[in-house]
Amino acid sequence: MLLRKGRRLGLFLKRRLRWPVRSAGLNFALAYGLVFVISAGAFLSFIWWNTTGQLDRQVELAVQVDAADLSHRWTQGGPPALSLAIQDRLDQNVDDDELYLLVGPDGRKFAGNLPGWPVVITQMDQFYELAIKRDGFRTNAKMHAYVLTQGFRMIVGRDVRGRQLVRHVLTDTLIWAWVMISLLAAGGALVIRRIFRQVVRSIARTTAAVAQGDLSQRIPLTGNETDLVAQTVNTMLERINRLMEGVKQVSNAIAHDLRTPIARARARLEDANRTATSAEELHAAIDRAVMDLDRVTSIFEALLRIAQLEAGARRAAFTILDVRSLLEGLTELYDASVEDAGLRLVFRAGSVRPVNGDPHLLQQAVANLLDNAIKFAPPDTAITLSVEMRGERLAITVADQGPGMSEDDLCRASERFFRAETARNTPGAGLGLSLVQAVMSLHGGALELKNGDQGLSATLLLPVVTPAAKAA
Amino acid sequence: MRILLVEDDPTVRAFVLKGLREAGHVVDEADNGKDGLFLAVSENYDVVILDRMLPGGIDGLRILETLRGQKNATPVLLLSALADVDERVAGLKAGGDDYMTKPFAFSELLARVEALGRRGRPESAPQTRLVVGDLEMDLLSRTVKRGGEKIDLQPREFRLLEFLIRHAGQVVTRTMLLERVWDYHFDPQTNVIDVHVSRLRQKVDKPFDKPMIHTIRNAGYILRAD
Repeated sequence: MLLRKGRRLGLFLKRRLRWPVRSAGLNFALAYGLVFVISAGAFLSFIWWNTTGQLDRQVELAVQVDAADLSHRWTQGGPPALSLAIQDRLDQNVDDDELYLLVGPDGRKFAGNLPGWPVVITQMDQFYELAIKRDGFRTNAKMHAYVLTQGFRMIVGRDVRGRQLVRHVLTDTLIWAWVMISLLAAGGALVIRRIFRQVVRSIARTTAAVAQGDLSQRIPLTGNETDLVAQTVNTMLERINRLMEGVKQVSNAIAHDLRTPIARARARLEDANRTATSAEELHAAIDRAVMDLDRVTSIFEALLRIAQLEAGARRAAFTILDVRSLLEGLTELYDASVEDAGLRLVFRAGSVRPVNGDPHLLQQAVANLLDNAIKFAPPDTAITLSVEMRGERLAITVADQGPGMSEDDLCRASERFFRAETARNTPGAGLGLSLVQAVMSLHGGALELKNGDQGLSATLLLPVVTPAAKAA
Repeated sequence: MRILLVEDDPTVRAFVLKGLREAGHVVDEADNGKDGLFLAVSENYDVVILDRMLPGGIDGLRILETLRGQKNATPVLLLSALADVDERVAGLKAGGDDYMTKPFAFSELLARVEALGRRGRPESAPQTRLVVGDLEMDLLSRTVKRGGEKIDLQPREFRLLEFLIRHAGQVVTRTMLLERVWDYHFDPQTNVIDVHVSRLRQKVDKPFDKPMIHTIRNAGYILRAD
């Protein structure tokens, strides 16, 4: 119960205390500034700590060396030798920063420049830093006390007022430096925010124009990292544009190609209604109108199918396929009708690798190519259906010995509703190759049309299954 | 046959109803999912024709799933305006026996409904011999005789004839043949099926006085003894 309450509270806090700044540019700038200021602070603190620490250590080292030397004198000559040594040092100390005191067992001062033993100094194993009075003025000193034999005690120290001054100056300088760096960081953050905004704006301007309907706009490439986004968006726009063009072209074609049979059916029915004199005549007109409407339906179905395939959403039926047996089945289906049309169907299969695909769609695609070949091949010629490996791709080719197509027509052959001039008087709606094309792009393959040695050859290129993918 | 028709569009319903009654069937109708489901579970039908999209919260697939959930194996033909292949697969997966997209030709619907109705009747024992008039087919030795005379058939012609004999007296459409004999689900532009049937006729009909395989205009084929 308590746990749940706690969790709820945490959730509540999380929701309430969410970071308030939404602007990515501002966040970016703030993060930049913060990192800059923190790192400058850390850096300057390190300099301060290191420098002042170094000064301290130097003083301590000097005091320890001094004390060791003086202890040596004590063991050699006792109080007189030590007093002499202290006096010597004080005489030679130009900077006037050395402090000494030698006292006897009764507390009497033997030598040194300190007025008396400071009360605070009781321990013999640590440095003391205290304010002392010397020659009439106050100063700071760092001192260490040492116990000598026969009850004598000694203090060795340094006047550190000068060093503290250095430390103060250093501290001030570094704090000012940090303040200045912070200001620079804030300025830099603002600049970064501006740059960020500009980058986003150039993309936003283009996409806004596109959203308004101007599909020709592209994001200018500047050579920086945002080009990656810009290129992706540009590619996307390219594809949208192509699709829009496709839709436009198709709706024009629909307007024409669907209106024709509808108009025909309508005319037939109206005509029959007005002029038919017998039931047979009426029936015949209605039958023909129904055929026209069936044609409209089949065009609709083909269009929907192509649209569905182009949307690329239909991969559910994909399976690993043996194309060879698939083609054998089709050969068997078509053999009779090819012969019936006064042609010959030749099937040639090399050794092929399996492909990943939708069997029904591939059958449909090859059937469309065969239908075309039967339609256009001159009598008493051969249609060749062959399958072979072409590099890493499987090539299914339907070749006829017909008239072929002009280069211009070859380029436009897979457009929806396109029909070459020479094909105007054959049955069909000009959707067969569009469907083949759509099936190929769904399979990651390609449709290749070219005029071969004798006639038109249409090749379906399909990627084969790699052994690794097959195992997976 | 007793047929249940569940279809919400009044024009299509009246059209199908009239056609089925003219063909000699007894037809009940429902124009929404609720009534349709009630009739389907309470009455005994040979075939149920279900529209997929129905008003009233219960659509065709729901009715079908409920029926199959009650172990009711009545053959169901789904009608739909959804031509999508995936939709078709979904319909068949839910337990549908056949699937037709709107718009359809009535002859095609009738042929399919009659084929389904026949399938619904259980056969007493697996047949090894099919006989229609003077035409005999032995499924074990895979031989065909007419009037005692042996006819040589290619394997595919054999299957085509087998399908026609099994549906003797019924109209079978080109699409049905393409789907059931060849297992192809596409729409060929050329007359592939007609050519195969005409070859079969060359062997089964031509050498004899009376043709058995007849063409039904605007529909398909029928194999009859008379």
